[in-house]
Formats: sequence, C-alpha cells, structure tokens
Amino acid sequence: MPAPIRLRELIRTIRTARTQAEEREMIQKECAAIRSSFREEDNTYRCRNVAKLLYMHMLGYPAHFGQLECLKLIASQKFTDKRIGYLGAMLLLDERQDVHLLMTNCIKNDLNHSTQYVQGLALCTLGCMGSSEMCRDLAGEVEKLLKTSNSYLRKKAALCAVHVIRKVPELMEMFLPATKNLLNEKNHGVLHTSVVLLTEMCERSPDMLAHFRKVRQLPSSQLVPQLVRILKNLIMSGYSPEHDVSGISDPFLQVRILRLLRILGRNDDDSSEAMNDILAQVATNTETSKNVGNAILYETVLTIMDIKSESGLRVLAINILGRFLLNNDKNIRYVALTSLLKTVQTDHNAVQRHRSTIVDCLKDLDVSIKRRAMELSFALVNGNNVRGMMKELLYFLDSCEPEFKADCASGIFLAAEKYAPSKRWHIDTIMRVLTTAGSYVRDDAVPNLIQLITNSMEMHAYTVQRLYKAILGDYSQQPLVQVASWCIGEYGDLLVSGQCEEEEPIQVTEDEVLDILESVLISNMSASVTRGYALTAIMKLSTRFTCTVNRIKKVVSIYGSSIDVELQQRAVEYNALFKKYDHMRPALLERMPVMEKVTTNGPTEIVQTNGETEPAVLETKPPPSGLQPANQANDLLDLLGGSDITPVIPTAPTSKPASAGGELLDLLGDLNLTGSPVSAPATQIAQPPFLLDGLASQPLFNDVAAGIPSITAYNKNGLKIDFTFERSNTNPSVTVITIQASNSTELDMTDFVFQAAVPKTFQLQLLSPSSSVIPAFNSGTITQVIKVLNPQKQQLRMRIKLTYNHKGSAMQDLAEVNNFPPQSWQ
Amino acid sequence: MIKFFLMVNKQGQTRLSRYYEHVEINKRTMLEAEVIKNCLSRSKDQCSFIEYKDFKLVYRQYAALFVVVGIDQTENEMAVYELIHNFVEVLDKYFSRVSELDVSFSVSEIHL
Repeated sequence: MPAPIRLRELIRTIRTARTQAEEREMIQKECAAIRSSFREEDNTYRCRNVAKLLYMHMLGYPAHFGQLECLKLIASQKFTDKRIGYLGAMLLLDERQDVHLLMTNCIKNDLNHSTQYVQGLALCTLGCMGSSEMCRDLAGEVEKLLKTSNSYLRKKAALCAVHVIRKVPELMEMFLPATKNLLNEKNHGVLHTSVVLLTEMCERSPDMLAHFRKVRQLPSSQLVPQLVRILKNLIMSGYSPEHDVSGISDPFLQVRILRLLRILGRNDDDSSEAMNDILAQVATNTETSKNVGNAILYETVLTIMDIKSESGLRVLAINILGRFLLNNDKNIRYVALTSLLKTVQTDHNAVQRHRSTIVDCLKDLDVSIKRRAMELSFALVNGNNVRGMMKELLYFLDSCEPEFKADCASGIFLAAEKYAPSKRWHIDTIMRVLTTAGSYVRDDAVPNLIQLITNSMEMHAYTVQRLYKAILGDYSQQPLVQVASWCIGEYGDLLVSGQCEEEEPIQVTEDEVLDILESVLISNMSASVTRGYALTAIMKLSTRFTCTVNRIKKVVSIYGSSIDVELQQRAVEYNALFKKYDHMRPALLERMPVMEKVTTNGPTEIVQTNGETEPAVLETKPPPSGLQPANQANDLLDLLGGSDITPVIPTAPTSKPASAGGELLDLLGDLNLTGSPVSAPATQIAQPPFLLDGLASQPLFNDVAAGIPSITAYNKNGLKIDFTFERSNTNPSVTVITIQASNSTELDMTDFVFQAAVPKTFQLQLLSPSSSVIPAFNSGTITQVIKVLNPQKQQLRMRIKLTYNHKGSAMQDLAEVNNFPPQSWQ
Repeated sequence: MIKFFLMVNKQGQTRLSRYYEHVEINKRTMLEAEVIKNCLSRSKDQCSFIEYKDFKLVYRQYAALFVVVGIDQTENEMAVYELIHNFVEVLDKYFSRVSELDVSFSVSEIHL
C-alpha cells in the first residue's frame, strides 16, 4: 500500500477545499486510510499518521481511534515517535478515558531515561493530564527530579509538582523539603516555576501559608525576605539580554513574585511590613511608557490593596490607578476601572477624587469600559453628589445599549431611593427612567414605585398630572402605563379638579381620562397585566367621578365576556358590584391607605455595614398582622356571595403577583391594612417577586453541610433566640442562619424587630421575618432568615438589637453573639 | 488560571488550539466560532479584554490571525496580554519572520 501522505500534504489538500462538505470528504478519506494503516501495524509511518490525526482533531473531527496508537508511539525508542506520542496523549487523552492508565508505566520509565529531553517530555505530559492515581504513583519520581542539578528538568518538575498538588492535595508535604532550596537558583526559568509552586501551595492550604510566613532560624531562609531580595535584583540590575522584554527584565517573574507576596501578606502584619519598601520601590521605579510596565504596576496596585499596607502606600496605589484612567490606551483604562471597583468599598474617599474621570468614561465607545464605569458610578453615588451623578446616569441611560438598560435602571432606582434629596426630585427621576427605558425596567419596580407615590401625599396631584401627560402620547411602555393607570385610578379626582401646586394645572375632563384608559385596554400593545391595571382603575374611578358612571358601567360589562380569563373575572366581579352590592361600592373603592415601606431585600441586594459599632438599620418592618386580613378577606368574600364570585386568592397565578395583590387590596380597601401589598396573600400564593425570589433561592441551600450545631444567641427576660446554620456546598462563603425567637413569659411580645450588624469584612442580608408577634408560653416562634457572606472565612461575630413591646412597655436590648461554631464560618 | 489558548484566523479557521480544561469536542468548535465572532466585531480602538460568559477573553490581532486566551478572575489581564506578545515574538524568532502559513504547517512543533 502506498506510503501515507505527510502532514504537510494533508494540510495543503485541506486548504484547497472550498466548502465544508468537501473538507469533510477529504478528511473522511484520510481517516479511512489512517485506520487501515493502523490495522497493518506499520511502525515506520505510525508517527506521521498520528500527527495527521491530531491535526484533524484540532479542526474538530473525532479522533478517538488514535489513542492506542499514541501509546504505542510512546513505548517506542525513537525520539520523534515519543514526541508525537506524548503530544497526542496530551491532546487526546484525559482522565475520562481508561486507556491513560496504561501510560503510567511508560512515563515511569521515561522519567528515569538518560536523555533530559525525554524526561522533559514525560514530565510535561504527566503535568498536563495526569490523573490522581497516576500522580500518586509517580509523585516520588517527580520529587526526585525536583532536586537534580539540571535546571531544564527542575523547572519542568516544578510545574509537574503543581499539577500533582492540584490533583492530590495530600501529597503537598512531600514536596515541602525540596522547596527550601528552589529560590536559591540563578536560572529564571526555575525561579519562575518555583514561585508558581509556592503560590499553589500557599493557596491550597492555610497550614502551608502559616509555615512559610513564620520566622525560621536562619533569617536568610525566610520566604518573604528572599522574595524581596530577588525582586530587588530584578529591578536594580541593568540590562540583561536574556530576560529583557521592552526594557524591563523578566516582567513575568516580577508579576509572579508580586502575586505570591500578595498571598503571603494578606491579613498578616509582619509580612506586610517587610514588603512595604519594595512595593513602593517597584511602584515608583517602573517605567510606564510601555504596556509591560503597566502590567507590573497593575499587579503592584492589586497587591498593595490586598495586604495590610500603610496608608501612604494605599494613596500611592490609588494615584497610580488615577493615572491609568487618564491614559489613552483602552486596556489600561479598563484595568483601572476594574481595580477601582474592588477598592471603592474600603477607600471610598480616595476614589471619589477621580469621580469626574469615571463619569467621562461612561461616554466611551467601548462596551466593557462602559459597563465598568456604570458599576463604579453607582458605587460612588452619595448624598452630596447625587444630583449631578443622576443627571449623567440618566443621560447614559438614554444613549446606552439595550443590554445595559435594565441594570442601569435598577441601579438608578436604588440610588434614588437611598439618596433622594426631595420627594419631588425622586418622583421626577423615576418618571424620567420610566419614559426613557420603560420597557427594560424590572417588574418589581412597579410596586415599589406605587408605594413610593402613596407615601408622598402632597405630591399626588403633581404625580398624577405628570403621569397622565406621559401616557397621553405613548402608551407602549408597560411599566409606565401600569403605574400611570394605577395612579389615575386612585387620584383621578385630583386630576379632574385641576388642583396642582407644583406645576401648571391642566384641564382634563372625566371623559378624556376614560378615553385614555379605554385605549390602553383596547390597544394590542398592552400586556395582560397592564389591562388588568387599567380595568381596575376604571372601576375605581366610578366612585371618584361623578358624571360618567354609566360609561364606566358599560365598559365593565363589555369585558365581562372577554377572552382573557383574568380580565373576564375582574369584569364580572365588578359588574356584580354594580348590580347587587352598589351600597358597598363606595366603601370598597375608597382611597388606598398609605402603605408602609417594604423591605427591598431581593437576592441581588446585600446591605453593607459600616463597622461594628453601629448596628446597621436594616429595613425590616414587622410583617403585618397578615394572617388576620387574609382571614377577613375570606369572610368578606363569603359575604359577597360564594357562587358568582370565585374567590381571588386560590386562582391568582404567581406570575401576576402585583396585580392580584393590588386587586385584593382594592376590595379590602376599608379594612385598614397596615401591611404592605406583600401581606394579604402572604402565606399562600401570590407573593411579590422580591420575596418570591428570596424564597426561591432557598432550595440552593438544600445541600446542607452535615449538622452544624445550633447555638443559643440570646436568652434574657424570657426571650430566647436560637441560631441554626446551613452552609451551601455550591458557595462555601455563604452561611444561612435561621433564627427562632421564642417567649417563655406569660404575655405576648408584639412588634418584635430583629436587627443585626456584622464586622466590615462580612456582608449581611436579612430576609423578612415570619411575623412580629411572639406568643407567650413558648407556644410559637418567629423565624427569620439571615444570609451572611464571608469571603475571607473570618470568625463570625454579630451584634444584635432587639426591640419589642412587652407587658405594655417598649423594650430594647443590644447583645453580641460570639459563640458561633467554627463549622459555620470556616 | 488560563483556560485555553487559541489562534484563529479571520475566516474562523482554527490554526492552533490548546485547552487546559476539558471541553467536549463538539463544544469546542462552537466556542471557537463564538469567540472569534466576538473578537471580529470589535474595532481597533476598543479594549482587548472581553467579558464572555463567566470568564474573560484577552485577544490580540496580528495581521489576519487572532490570538485569544481565556482566563478566569484570578489572572492579571495585562500580564496575559504581554504573554501573548512574548509568545508571538518567540515564534517569530523560531521561524524567522513567522506567518500564518508557518503556524498552520508546524502545529506539532508549536504545541511543544
């Protein structure tokens, strides 16, 4: 059979293929030839065939039949065969194939070969795809090679050791004695790989980290000073042609050393002190004209931020970042924005100085830069600069790409909520967001906004007027239309009477208002939810308006036969209200009471605490006497006649929570609910998205780490609070604490509020409690869930504040919880 | 950690690919196509770092060839950028004025 073609020929033929089909044909033909050649067990051409096979594998075609051939190649004596064989093994084989175990013996022999290149090949392959069994078997050989005098082999052995440690962490101690001498090398290759090995060891095991940090007998063998010395040599030494990259000697090694210093210095004062000088030196001496210098500076800045450096050094670091921001090169600006985002939590004031540059970056053309600048701008908004920043951000919202609009809108809402200087400004801002990016706003913004509006009583007239004007022209943006129709329904009388202090009052007649609402109902652009809002609004107006009641009755009865079930249900119920229960109608459709501010806790929002001294005031409001209105709701619906009005509660689908909640509250308008819209259907179904999200994320924690002991956090005056813990396997730095508060006295404790604060390095999220009343005699408990994010795995401590009413008097207590079991935070 | 190292030309043909984490073979072609699409849609004065799914891409264009490296959050992006350049310079020295053809024909040598 003719000799198989060389690899080059194959590549040339494939390149001539014009279409994908032609290429596939050629490859299949060649594959068939290769397969038959393999069957013939032809030694001379095997390596050529495997090389071709690898090429085809790279193009994306299956090549698994070549695996055994690779093994045969490895076993042969020729160097070229071995080379291709090992390459094939690295590319084609991995742990999942069973064949790889056969390689172990070959590798073992090759590790002891006389030629260093063969040994190098074997080390490479082991380091690339060794499974844990292979690593275990061969670790001894690798360790021996770590100690040879051949620097070519030492560096490969060090990298192989890194892989072994990654696969089999228990073997780490075996490599420890060898590392002692690694840093004394002159050869940069070995130095580099040994630094990588040390980095890997320190990252994997805190014991190793402690071991490397501690003071040993000979000062010259301590790790940190050694690293400092090496770094100094690198910077100080003149031009060295071997390691030079655009004027800086061996920047890759410098960056590695800086990274290792960062790991060593994190949270450790002694090491950090030893590094301060060298870091300052690197920061000032490195040339920034080329990208290389900037890369080193970037790593230096990251290191300074992470270790316990002195404040002068931190200021230096932030100034460097500021300089980066002004640089013309996009990459550098991107990198600066990313690091500023990381540091803005801790060094807020220093970053504020660069605020104007960051805001300019919002106008940049590049997508990655815009995203970073937006996140950073949100982090920088505070009470002083909120007006200016908001203007810029609104302008950004106008002009940015659609993928940003949702995030930007929610960010603006959050910031406006926290720092709004006045109610009117707040409402204006929200209106602006709704009109520009209305369709990208998240669904939970609508109930939040409605609640905000009800809270600002003096602004009702102004608000409803503006909203009316906004939807006059364009009613395609759903959230805007929803809010507007709700408001018009509530405050329609204010609109028509034309009272408005803040703005020019406009003359609107009742018919015009009804026209708008009807067109919303009819329009094809309106979502089903929006139509629900509009219909309810029209209904409410029947009590507010005086001369158009008949028109309203007509509209409502038309929709009694609508195809949309939700709409039909509402219309039928409202019809019934007109016909049979007309005497109850005004009472039912009264103005809504002011809703209490609901917690804005969703899974995405984490409340930051400023330190241990002040317990952060988390907005947990007592959940309402929610169970009672729900019962009363059932009673009321019974009153309204069971047969023709199917109770709303069980049928309301969870996907339309806001509307279902809103409608129920409309019916219960006179029951004086003090709770939020959350409350009424609280226990069963339609829960607003933010609570639902909070609950939906609970299943994540079902993979509970086995039995962390629970503790009693507080026990005084008859009030006992227990903490139970859960850890998630998917995210080991999150701890979920469930608190249970019970009351052993003989009187109930009402209006119970639990607040908590944690030290700076943690983040805390408090979800809504189950109720605010702890019944007496331990007959019931209040449960509440706290999520603690502990990225640095520090000891968990918490300060709690409890307020409640007991025996007629208000009680308040502060306590500190220190007895967290180690499994909850490690 | 570096996840993968790719050299892809403008038409989407892969000249060199090295994966440091297991990715299935059919997913690889898809990944490469998406990555090159992202890189091609960038203009010259845009930043070289793209956020893609849950890791970052660092890319650099040399004539008609894109060198793309996928890294995760722990890596220094600029250092990787330099690494790409260093790698290309080494190839240049090895092949004396390397071109795309050299890369396509000497795949096995480049791997090692």
